[in-house]
Amino acid sequence: MILDLLITGFIVLGGFFGFVGSFGLLKLNDPMSRMHAPTKATTLGVGGVLLGSMLHAVVYEGRLSAHELLITLFLLVSAPVTANFLAKVFINQQTKPKDLPVPGDCELWATHNKPEHRSADTPEA
Amino acid sequence: MKLLNRLLPHPLLTLMLTVIWLLLVNRFSLNSLVFGFFLGLLIPVVTQPYWPNRPKLKSPLRLATYVLLVFWDIVIANITVARIILFMPNSKRQPTWVEIPLDIRTPEAIAMLGGTITMTPGTLTADISADGRHLLVHCLHAPDTASVRDEIKTRYERRLKEIFE
Repeated sequence: MILDLLITGFIVLGGFFGFVGSFGLLKLNDPMSRMHAPTKATTLGVGGVLLGSMLHAVVYEGRLSAHELLITLFLLVSAPVTANFLAKVFINQQTKPKDLPVPGDCELWATHNKPEHRSADTPEA
Repeated sequence: MKLLNRLLPHPLLTLMLTVIWLLLVNRFSLNSLVFGFFLGLLIPVVTQPYWPNRPKLKSPLRLATYVLLVFWDIVIANITVARIILFMPNSKRQPTWVEIPLDIRTPEAIAMLGGTITMTPGTLTADISADGRHLLVHCLHAPDTASVRDEIKTRYERRLKEIFE
C-alpha cells in the first residue's frame, strides 16, 4: 500500500515536471530561454517515471530492472548534446559576433568562426 | 605487456561496454557476461582509429562523487527552472549570455563541463570559443553574471580539473 503510493508519487512527479517542460516551451519568449525548459524539467520528468518503473519491477515482479538505469545514462549523455546543437543553429542563424560577449583575446566563438566574420588576426580553428 | 595493450587498448571502455551489455540484457547470466565481455573486447579494437588518446582518469573515486553531486544539482535545477517557468513573468526574467574562461584543457573534461552546465540550474552551454579556451553559456535568469561564473568555476571546473588533469 505504502509502496503503491510511492510508485504513484514518482509517476505523478514525473508527469508534473514533463508538463512544466512543455509549458515552458510555450510560455518563455525567446528561443534560447525556450531550450532551458525541455533540457531540464524533462530530465526530472523522465527520471520520476523511471524511478516509479524500477520500484514497480522490484515490488511486483520481484526482480531488479536495469533498463531504467540505461535510459537515464543515455538521456544524460544525449540531452546536453541536443541542446548544444540547437544553440549552435541559433547562434549561426540569428546572432552576429557583436551580439555575444567577447571570448577573451580570441574574438570569435567557434560557430562564428567563418570567413565573413573573421578579421585578419583571428586564429583559424 | 605490449600484446595486452594491443588487445585491450581501452580497459575502462571494455568494462563499460560489458556492463552496458549486461544492463541491456537485463538479466544476469554467464552467457551474457561472456558475450558482453567479447563485445567489450571487440568494439575498442575495431574503433581504435577514432580513439587516438586514451583519456586519463586521475581519480575514479572523485569522478563518482562528482556524478553524485551533479545528480543532486539536476534535481535542484529542475525545481529552480520549474519555479521560474511557472511563477516568473517574462518581463521580470533577465536572460543573458555569460562567457566563462576555462582553466581545463583536456577535451573530455571540457565536454563533461559543458554537459554539466547544461543539466544544472538555469544555465545552458551554447558554444566554445574558436581557440577552445572559453565557453559561452546562456542563463535563463541571471541578475548577477559574476556569481554564475564563479559558481561554475569553483563547483564544477575545479573538480573536473582534479579528476582529469
